[in-house]
Amino acid sequence: MDLEWMAWTLPTAVFFLGIAALLLGMTFWQHLSPTRLRRGLLPIPTTRGDRLFVGLLASAFLHLAWLALTPFSLWIALGLSVLLLVSVLRLG
Amino acid sequence: MKRTENPRAWWLVLPVLAVVAFSALIPLMTVVNYSVQDIFGPGQRVFVGAEWFREILHDERLHSAFARQLGFTASVLSIELPLGVAIALAMPTRGAGVSACLVILALPLLIPWNVVGTIWQIFGRADIGLGGAFVHALGIDYNYAQNPADAWLTLLVMDVWHWTSLVALLAYAGLRAIPEAYYQAAQIDGAGAFGVFHHIQLPRLRGVLTIALLLRLMDSFVIYTEPFVLTGGGPGNATTFLSQYLARMAVGQFDLGPAAAFSLIYFLVILALCFVFFTVLTAGEER
Amino acid sequence: MTLHKRHVGLGIYFGFLLLPIYWMLNMSLRHNADILGSFQLLPLVPTLDNYATIVSDPSWYSGYLNSLAYVGINTLLSLAVALPAAYAFSRYRFLGDRHLFFWLLTNRMAPPAVFLLPFFQLYSTFGLIDTHLAVALAHCLFNVPLAVWILEGFMSGVPREIDEMAHLDGYRFPRFFVTIFLPTIRAGVGVTAFFCFMFSWVELLLARTLTTVHAKPIAAVMTRTVSAAGLDWGLLSAAGVLTILPGALVIWFVRHHLAKGLALGRV
Repeated sequence: MDLEWMAWTLPTAVFFLGIAALLLGMTFWQHLSPTRLRRGLLPIPTTRGDRLFVGLLASAFLHLAWLALTPFSLWIALGLSVLLLVSVLRLG
Repeated sequence: MKRTENPRAWWLVLPVLAVVAFSALIPLMTVVNYSVQDIFGPGQRVFVGAEWFREILHDERLHSAFARQLGFTASVLSIELPLGVAIALAMPTRGAGVSACLVILALPLLIPWNVVGTIWQIFGRADIGLGGAFVHALGIDYNYAQNPADAWLTLLVMDVWHWTSLVALLAYAGLRAIPEAYYQAAQIDGAGAFGVFHHIQLPRLRGVLTIALLLRLMDSFVIYTEPFVLTGGGPGNATTFLSQYLARMAVGQFDLGPAAAFSLIYFLVILALCFVFFTVLTAGEER
Repeated sequence: MTLHKRHVGLGIYFGFLLLPIYWMLNMSLRHNADILGSFQLLPLVPTLDNYATIVSDPSWYSGYLNSLAYVGINTLLSLAVALPAAYAFSRYRFLGDRHLFFWLLTNRMAPPAVFLLPFFQLYSTFGLIDTHLAVALAHCLFNVPLAVWILEGFMSGVPREIDEMAHLDGYRFPRFFVTIFLPTIRAGVGVTAFFCFMFSWVELLLARTLTTVHAKPIAAVMTRTVSAAGLDWGLLSAAGVLTILPGALVIWFVRHHLAKGLALGRV
């Protein structure tokens, strides 16, 4: 089967593997200690999965805003996103 | 209704997952791959990182296409939802009239989208179309092919014509599902028509209106075929919505990279919008 | 008095719905020169020539069959996979259920223009191009989520006691599902099938991209017939009217079921 048309590159492959690993990890974590619905800084009660989704979506927008508003390297945005994701997961 | 915890329910969901993932995930991944490369042809591509995203985000034409899209979607929603509910309320509840009303209502929904464009292309023309001729007879110089405002309005009217029925059908279904006892209770309390609507019908319609709102939001955001037939995005760029713009880039100029980057940004925006609506509207339900 | 007013309003709206369709019908019964020459509310010299031109093209009825084939496959496929899933969503909680549900919905939002090329290549890779199955599968992308959503609504309206009684009576799940549960939500299945049919029938962009000859949809055949003859309004209208007919027939046949289904449903 020829998959050249999918035009894979190393960075995108790493990205998708990262997402997959994240989902697997979350499933495993859920298995170890099940999440409970709780109310944090976000205006709605959330589970761990909800917070992961919100965090990832927010990270995506952070990257876009970074590209649109600053001339600096995206690596800084990536670093900030990781911080954002962790804080949403913990506090959201 | 209380739902029980059952991890084995995943097996029941698996077929859906397989069918949808096949058509959804692989193309999505491909589009992500496109978005970080400059593609010249089969096998000829160069990694460019986030360049396309940066370029697209600073592109004036994108901003205006996006603004037009938001304006169109907001207008469509603010007309179709109230109108659809009003129609559902006005529909007869029993008798032979019900079937007749449903048939007429459903008719626009079952017309292929390119034909919907054709219908309005003909109907709106001042020389041979009834609608266009009528507006002309009122003394308004109306021409959807040359006047941007007219083109925009024609598309709006076409969309209302095309899709209000969907809202009306869903709302009608929701109204019919309200038990008779609720109305009797309201009657005893001496509630007027507005009171009944406000306190009984509207709350019970929440579920179907969520469906209607999200469907119309999603579908109007990717509207393509009808404007393509009716105006081709013109005159000028007046009706070039996001999908038109994308198609021009991807198919017309074969700029796959920028088009992919653009569609991902667009996808993220609508994902966020839908998430907010979905969360807010289903917040009251049992989770 | 209010009853009266609301019926007038409804009448006006239905007029607005029907007029453009009527106008196309009117155009389709006249020659192009006649259309451009004079403005007539009723065709004074009705002619069926436009229809004759289209019907004499041998590819037009295969277009009908193709469209019906992939729409049929899609409706069956969507229902087959959506029924168990909707049951799961309505009865059980499981890890990631809400996220899965939302993810399903997001598949309606993909802007088709850019996804056409990957779609084409994906289906080429599996040798599906120009088959009915290709279009049916592609349409599952937006129909399956909708089917799950609507069915879930109907199923949630069915009391759990039915499930438990059947279980006590010794029914195994598949048998219970087919012989007891499905008949209970018959109306819901009908409404869902109608919506699947509708969205698959009207979609053209994917259907046209994934087919070349053997599975070409009717709407694409029609427009090709017309463009070959230049901008002939009469012919264009006739083609349009012919593409509306099957949909209109379907509504006519399901009208009572639709009324009943919509009336029972907590969609």
